[in-house]
Amino acid sequence: MLLLTCPCCGVTAEETEFANGGEAHLKRFGPGSTDAEYEAYMFARKNPRGVHFERWRHAFGCGKWFLMARDTMTLEVYGAYPAQTIEPPAEIQARIKSRRPEWEGYK
Amino acid sequence: MKRCASIQAGSAFLGLAPTKPHYDVIIVGAGGHGLATAYYWAKNFGITNVAIIEKGWLGGGNTGRNTTIIRSNYLQDRRPRSMKGALALRETLSRTLNYNVMFSPRGVMMLAQTEHEVRGYKRTAYANALQGVETRWIGPAEVKRLVPIMNIEGPRYPVLGALWQARGGTARHDAVVRGYARACSQMGMHVIQNCEVTAGVESVGGVVSAVNTTKGTIGCGKLGIVVAGHSGHLANMAGFRLPVRSVALQAMVSEPIKPAIDCVVMANTVHGYLSQSDKGEMVIGGGADHFNNYTQRGSWMHIEETVRALVETFPMLSRLKMLRQWGGIVDMTGDRSPIISKTPLGNTFINCGWGTGGFKSIPGSGWAMAELVAKGEPGSLARDFSMFRFREGRFIDESVAAGVAH
Ligand SMILES: Cc1cc2nc3c(=O)[nH]c(=O)nc-3n(C[C@H](O)[C@H](O)[C@H](O)COP(=O)(O)OP(=O)(O)OC[C@H]3O[C@@H](n4cnc5c(N)ncnc54)[C@H](O)[C@@H]3O)c2cc1C
Ligand SMILES: [Zn+2]
Repeated sequence: MLLLTCPCCGVTAEETEFANGGEAHLKRFGPGSTDAEYEAYMFARKNPRGVHFERWRHAFGCGKWFLMARDTMTLEVYGAYPAQTIEPPAEIQARIKSRRPEWEGYK
Repeated sequence: MKRCASIQAGSAFLGLAPTKPHYDVIIVGAGGHGLATAYYWAKNFGITNVAIIEKGWLGGGNTGRNTTIIRSNYLQDRRPRSMKGALALRETLSRTLNYNVMFSPRGVMMLAQTEHEVRGYKRTAYANALQGVETRWIGPAEVKRLVPIMNIEGPRYPVLGALWQARGGTARHDAVVRGYARACSQMGMHVIQNCEVTAGVESVGGVVSAVNTTKGTIGCGKLGIVVAGHSGHLANMAGFRLPVRSVALQAMVSEPIKPAIDCVVMANTVHGYLSQSDKGEMVIGGGADHFNNYTQRGSWMHIEETVRALVETFPMLSRLKMLRQWGGIVDMTGDRSPIISKTPLGNTFINCGWGTGGFKSIPGSGWAMAELVAKGEPGSLARDFSMFRFREGRFIDESVAAGVAH
């Protein structure tokens, strides 16, 4: 059972209160894009073993979306941050790097 | 005695094979699908200079962790084509491999507990009839007659009927893996355990040349990636991405009791699957996690959810102690149908995306993958399952069709 803290309302709750929304920081490609770009946006996933940036929604709480860095090998949460963030905050990247020196960065 | 001796000799082969510096074909992953692929190379194409490399032990992945339900009552045309073949192959597998895979066609019952399911399963029964797959819609009275321990009254989800496939059933997962592995060994292939692809896939001019493993670099002419939940990881090493997410799926078994249920029951609305093993344990499977996960554990909420649902439908389960619980990492595609495909890297092929329901398809999938790798182009079985179907919008939407992918 994951215990997550919502950065929007500050509540800490079990995972049943939250809904996972898949990989974060995907660049949207819409009409006018190439098939390959659209496929990369819509379907192709990193699905990494290790550090994963993902979207969550506090579905049965404040209802807001947020982003989170979590480890898919250990289930450790490195931090949560607002949904309106283009790339993971430096502070969270530094925390990940200190916990996992071999981590190659979020790209 | 002779049989025992040959099984012994067969197992002695496993894991002891010295690695050669180069093989015509390397398969990563000695689960059911990888081993079956290798088996049909030898049988159908005479290719035996093959290594099947496995990071752990034989069948230590999902094949050795699944609840072994075998059925072929899918809605979409393209799936039954491979599934039905699988069922037929399954029925003769013990004889082919000279290894008892304990196939038990005890019948699979998929419960309808909502009006939507009733409509859906009636439609599936018609679709199956057109495909030549024998299934039947049965009413609540017949459900109760077949499974007397079931409470069909509800109250929350009364049993409104079921889709019944008498030829479906279960098989012994370890036996399927060992049977194929022994056959592969006996045909001269190397099944190498404790050998993990770690430091990547090497290529020359866009064509695979070698894999780097914990037992050193091994050269190959062709590469088959058949690693289920770890497909994304291997694809990253080979330089491409897949339309796949890896999540944990759990199962558990109870203490053994006297025979109480002689078919498989799947309750898809409430997420619970039940059958009784030959040892008497109740084998129970539940829902998959909703977040990416490689821990082979799975969330507690799914155990709660599954047990809650099953206790309502099978009140006698409430007295049972659970003995073991485990998880496997399943590879979920966007349309819940598998991938048997060429990849962006030359001479590299992938078979994955079987998700929560690929045990049943091991023979058919191996057959199709063997043909794809041997010829370099998909045959009639694999053609629809390309990883590029997503780009082209040709989904095989079994998640909508079946409501569940097991
Ligand atoms: C709990 C559970 C219940 C299930 N119930 C059913 C069911 O009732 N009916 C059904 O039909 N299906 C079921 N399934 C699904 C089924 O188990 C799988 O679809 C099927 O076994 C997949 O087989 P595979 O050979 O592709 O993968 P696996 O058996 O997982 O084999 C892949 C192998 O690759 C190895 N590997 C991974 N990475 C590397 C690496 N880097 N180097 C070397 N080796 C590597 C792994 O160790 C593993 O042994 C269930 C699955 C689970 C987890
Ligand atoms: Zn909140």
